Amino acid sequence: MELSDLDKQIVKELQSGLPLVKRPFAVLARRLGISEEELFQRVQALQQAGIMRRIGAALRHHKVGFTANAMIVWQVPEEKIEEVGQMFSQLPEVTHCYQREELPHWPFNFYTMVHGRNRETCEQIAARLSQLAGISNYRLLYSVAELKKSSMKYFMD
Amino acid sequence: MELDHIDRRLLNLVQSEFPICLEPYRVLAERLGISEQEVLDRLEHLMKQDIIRRLGGVFDSRKLGYKGTLCAIKVPPDRIEEVAAVVNSYIGITHNYLRDHEYNMWFTVLAQSPAKVEQILAEIKQATGIEDIINLPSKRFFKVLVNFDVEDNRD
Repeated sequence: MELSDLDKQIVKELQSGLPLVKRPFAVLARRLGISEEELFQRVQALQQAGIMRRIGAALRHHKVGFTANAMIVWQVPEEKIEEVGQMFSQLPEVTHCYQREELPHWPFNFYTMVHGRNRETCEQIAARLSQLAGISNYRLLYSVAELKKSSMKYFMD
Repeated sequence: MELDHIDRRLLNLVQSEFPICLEPYRVLAERLGISEQEVLDRLEHLMKQDIIRRLGGVFDSRKLGYKGTLCAIKVPPDRIEEVAAVVNSYIGITHNYLRDHEYNMWFTVLAQSPAKVEQILAEIKQATGIEDIINLPSKRFFKVLVNFDVEDNRD
């Protein structure tokens, strides 16, 4: 789906937030100078095309008790990537799962993010994943501080 | 702030099952058995408390034409704040974490092309004088899930 200028304007409005009023799309439509109906049709089209995944709330994890996050970096042989990727992404403890390029001095090519209430929980999860996948070369990199966490603002530069 | 069970159910609903319709807060109210005004008041309060960071559209960056990568930089401990200020100044750098590793600052970059990513990294190197940055573009994406079950979470 090719995005029109109007679609990009709609993305910019929706990413900045859905107004907390009874008819939120009516408010956004007024800002965009279109009808509520036209806006809502475009929003549905964006969703059907998979461009908008959903409308939803992003939470501050620390405030709801998820204090430790660990990035686990793995060295997975190329021929096992598919299998390991499918396996790990089905587990609820794994929130992010990516294959990434490796570098000569950085051999890790597979990345999972796990969140736990403390470090021990994260370690247990890592050990279980390692056993499940049969991959023993991994490291846990714990977050020590969150320096920035924001939602992406598209089409702003 | 103490969250009651309605807050917790509301938080779960608005994370993953937000209804896309003209009157979404009324639909949420029906599902929770409370009034629409109470839904609006509770959401406003959760935002003011910064428990909800944002309520809005969640987009697929790839389908919007953006490329994503993960980068790490080795920052001397006494320069964390200064280097973070440089890194965090970019809109496309949305996440930045300090981690316990010699590559200690890990950040994600989203930009409209790999060349734009390279340009941002070159600017960071120039502004900080730190050359050791690893750039790990994603090759294959398996999962991103950002919802957290906040019910039954009282410890």
